Amino acid sequence: MQWGSLTEFLAMGGYGLYVWTSFSATALCMVWEVLALWRRRAAVRAEYRDVS
Amino acid sequence: MNQPSMFEALRGIIQRDLLLAMRRRSDVAMSVFFLVIVASLFPLGVGPEPTVLRTIAPGVLWVAALLACLLSLGRVFTADYLDGVLEQMLLVSQPLAVLVVGKVFAHWVISGLPVVLLSPLLGLQFGLSGESLGVLVLSLLLGTPTLSMIGGIGAALVLGVRGSGLLVALLVLPLYVPVLIFGAGAVTSSSAGIGGEANLSLLGACLVLSLFFAPWATAAALRIALE
Amino acid sequence: MSVTGVNWLKYSSPQAFYPLAGRMIPWCAAAASVVMGVGLYIGFFVAPTDFQQGEAYRIIFVHVPAAWMSMFLYVVMAVWAGLGLGLNARLSFMMAQAIAPTGAMFTFLALLTGAMWGKPTWGAWWVWDARLTSELILLFQYAGVMLLRTSIDDLRRADRASAVFALVGVVNVPIIYFSVRWWNTLHQGASVSMTAGSKMAATMLTAMLLMTVGFWMYSIAVTLARVRCVMVEREQLPAWSKQSPMPDVAEAR
Repeated sequence: MQWGSLTEFLAMGGYGLYVWTSFSATALCMVWEVLALWRRRAAVRAEYRDVS
Repeated sequence: MNQPSMFEALRGIIQRDLLLAMRRRSDVAMSVFFLVIVASLFPLGVGPEPTVLRTIAPGVLWVAALLACLLSLGRVFTADYLDGVLEQMLLVSQPLAVLVVGKVFAHWVISGLPVVLLSPLLGLQFGLSGESLGVLVLSLLLGTPTLSMIGGIGAALVLGVRGSGLLVALLVLPLYVPVLIFGAGAVTSSSAGIGGEANLSLLGACLVLSLFFAPWATAAALRIALE
Repeated sequence: MSVTGVNWLKYSSPQAFYPLAGRMIPWCAAAASVVMGVGLYIGFFVAPTDFQQGEAYRIIFVHVPAAWMSMFLYVVMAVWAGLGLGLNARLSFMMAQAIAPTGAMFTFLALLTGAMWGKPTWGAWWVWDARLTSELILLFQYAGVMLLRTSIDDLRRADRASAVFALVGVVNVPIIYFSVRWWNTLHQGASVSMTAGSKMAATMLTAMLLMTVGFWMYSIAVTLARVRCVMVEREQLPAWSKQSPMPDVAEAR
């Protein structure tokens, strides 16, 4: 699939809004989930450090 | 020592629950009044245009029946849970699932049957007539026991939990959706002339499935709640 | 139990499973990144434009994998729930607890991307057909599983009640999957089926399958990471502060 230019790629034949909303929502959710887990793990480690 | 058979136990439970309900007749009346009030809200809100009312009648009446069942679920197990009778039921020799069927059946007689009996009147109020009215009653007759059986699972899961009223609604309403769709759909297709048989048979299938599986799930949930 | 020479039963205790999970996470995360990267590349730079739907069809590269994962994860969660109830194993309940949020996320994404795909192709953000409605119900079921657990204070009762509810709801998954086939007979001329129509080009199918595998690897990594957190949160026993089987947590002290 050859895209003529970056603009064409972003426009997605006029459907850019729908396509990019979908992909960015997916990416955002995954990143958010990973970050939330990272925070949770840090909290668990910190709490465990205090328990003795 | 004569051990009562399963049927005798079943009948005993039903008799007991119905007797208790007779002593507080307001419970039956509450379901009836709630149904009438909710069903009356819609013409007041949507406007009295007959064609509109006839169109929304199946959905409105079915949702009202569903909500009436939902609100009465607190009564299935709570009273027995609070005075210790439920724990005794766990100890008897009859399978808990059989006792559950009895309690849920009694609950249906108290909360669901009045809805079925009242529905023709409400259907007339909304302008339904003839075959649609009959299909409405039949769909509710098949559907409300299913709602009671599924509701019993939810009621057992949240026994004694804080905020259980809303929680049981959240748990049980998603499971109610297929019954609602088939029930309202039966009446709608009957009004449209297609005939409600397909939806009614699906309702019947839901009833049979729930009769087989819901008592076991409810019994498991009761055991978990009472450990 | 020694088909492969490994005693798998020893991993059924949280203490043994914890380090195993820890070793698996980086591999799964790496696999997920690579496979998704390749899938996205093929999806955007190799797969051609669709004749009927134009570029909008490319949403399937996230929509279909998300929908499949939403159903698959629910079934896996229900299996762990059933194992927990049957074997009375803490770890099984913990795995079920760890899967639920990820499954809910994919259900939400399936609905969102589905709406994004539906608007340009069908003209509507939402239709109340069988498949979308049952996918929506699935989201409520995930919410119910999670809320039931958090509402009950007693841990053991919360595990078991949540497990029963998860199992009761598993009946919805085949309904979602088969609804498109069943409801074409009940209502003639139903909305467009997502799998019918022209046969998909091989490159499109490849990209979609790669993305599905990538999502699956991602789910495994995230679930294992979450279950490790759950394990430490739940099993805070004084004994563990001395000889910790969780070395990387102990070394934080």
